[in-house]
Amino acid sequence: MSIKVSNLTKVYGSQRAVDGVSFSAEPGRVLGFLGPNGAGKSTTMKMLTTYLRPDGGNAWICGLDVRQQAVAVRRKIGYLPEHTPLYTEMYVREFLGFVAAAYGLHGRRTLVDDVVERVGLQDEAHKKIQLLSKGYRQRVGLAQAIIHDPEVLVLDEPTSGLDPNQLAGIRELIRKLGSEKTVILSTHVMQEVEALCDDVVMVSRGRVVADDSLSGLKSEHEGLPLEAIFRKLTAC
Amino acid sequence: MYAVFKRELFGLLNSMMAYITIGIFLLASGLLFWVFPQTSVLDYGYAELTGFFELLPFLFIFMVPAITMRSFAEERREGTFVLLATRPLTDWQILSGKYFSCLALVLLALIPTLLCYFTVYHLALPTGNVDSGAIAGSYVGLLLLGGVFAAIGIFTSSLARNQVVAFAVAVFICFFLFSGLDALSGIFGLRALEGLLLGLSVSEHYRSLSRGVLDTRDLVYFITVAAFFLGMTRLVLGGRKW
Repeated sequence: MSIKVSNLTKVYGSQRAVDGVSFSAEPGRVLGFLGPNGAGKSTTMKMLTTYLRPDGGNAWICGLDVRQQAVAVRRKIGYLPEHTPLYTEMYVREFLGFVAAAYGLHGRRTLVDDVVERVGLQDEAHKKIQLLSKGYRQRVGLAQAIIHDPEVLVLDEPTSGLDPNQLAGIRELIRKLGSEKTVILSTHVMQEVEALCDDVVMVSRGRVVADDSLSGLKSEHEGLPLEAIFRKLTAC
Repeated sequence: MYAVFKRELFGLLNSMMAYITIGIFLLASGLLFWVFPQTSVLDYGYAELTGFFELLPFLFIFMVPAITMRSFAEERREGTFVLLATRPLTDWQILSGKYFSCLALVLLALIPTLLCYFTVYHLALPTGNVDSGAIAGSYVGLLLLGGVFAAIGIFTSSLARNQVVAFAVAVFICFFLFSGLDALSGIFGLRALEGLLLGLSVSEHYRSLSRGVLDTRDLVYFITVAAFFLGMTRLVLGGRKW
């Protein structure tokens, strides 16, 4: 079990952004983390990646405690944050080299070349990040998440704002990564869940409303399309 | 930590901002030293730099916050702090990487001012008849002063989303610690606190170093003040309110 979340809670003022979320994820499977805007998806992911400290409950990444062993957890995890923040004034290679250095990796030049090739950035690698289009920035975001070969990947809306061609490329990459690693991704696009995910966790207003495999969820709701299931479970 | 230090330093060196800031600093100190008659060493008649070292802190009050203002404010505005915080780095490593890169730039800005020392050295009669000890002490003082101001600048930068706000607040705090406490101690009604206020005043400790006396009390003072502001920054970062 490479991700285990138990009763995770985050409180902002009087609002419980994440309210007792529990689920788990295994290697070799892609877990889709779904929910309406403001359901607590990003907050949960920020706690998994040790960016935020949980107010209650706990989570374990590869058996490491996100509260007590934060630095060790960060080595195991690759994270693509929402909106893909990047140091836009840096060159692609320079940025990826910096990320590799921050992980204390050796043989950085080959690592950067390797990851640039894996995400298909060869033609753009000499440019400044601010000159790249949205799709290529997303690839840089993915590259910085996988450069240290993490066991767990947390991708927050990895395909938002991409055109259909870019979409296909990124999905292909995620599928490939998902075959050996644990991938958890959030999205609003239901076709994407059908195309990519093996398991589904649905949250609404900070609580888990569904936690099943994709096929299990569908058979439970007697063949309703995923979108209808989503609306049924998360409507207020 | 080294990775952060290197990225920050290169980031500073690649931005026009740093060159303009250092350029203005050097231009201003050059004008004060050679041209403006009231402060110029050529009109002064004595081969010493005391007056020069009394003016430099006031330039520092503006220069150092200009260098530090972007460090966290920009990360905060662009949302890039998450890129650092989710790497296997502790908050202290991130913080010190940024702090020392700013300090390195301050050091870089100070190196050309050695020209003033050589000028005075050769103007002196006989050549070399200058109080090198006091000058060395002043440089140590300036560096420590830069360390305190950089810590203040980093701290305000972690509080503000807007770089200009970070700059303005840092300038004020630097000015207050440097001159404000000094001036307050002169108020008649605060006579009872005079010793305390002077003890807390940056300029008092800086003056003592400028005389060329490397007193551990002054060193401890500068390091404590810098550590205090860096500790506050660490608290702000730990809060993750952004």
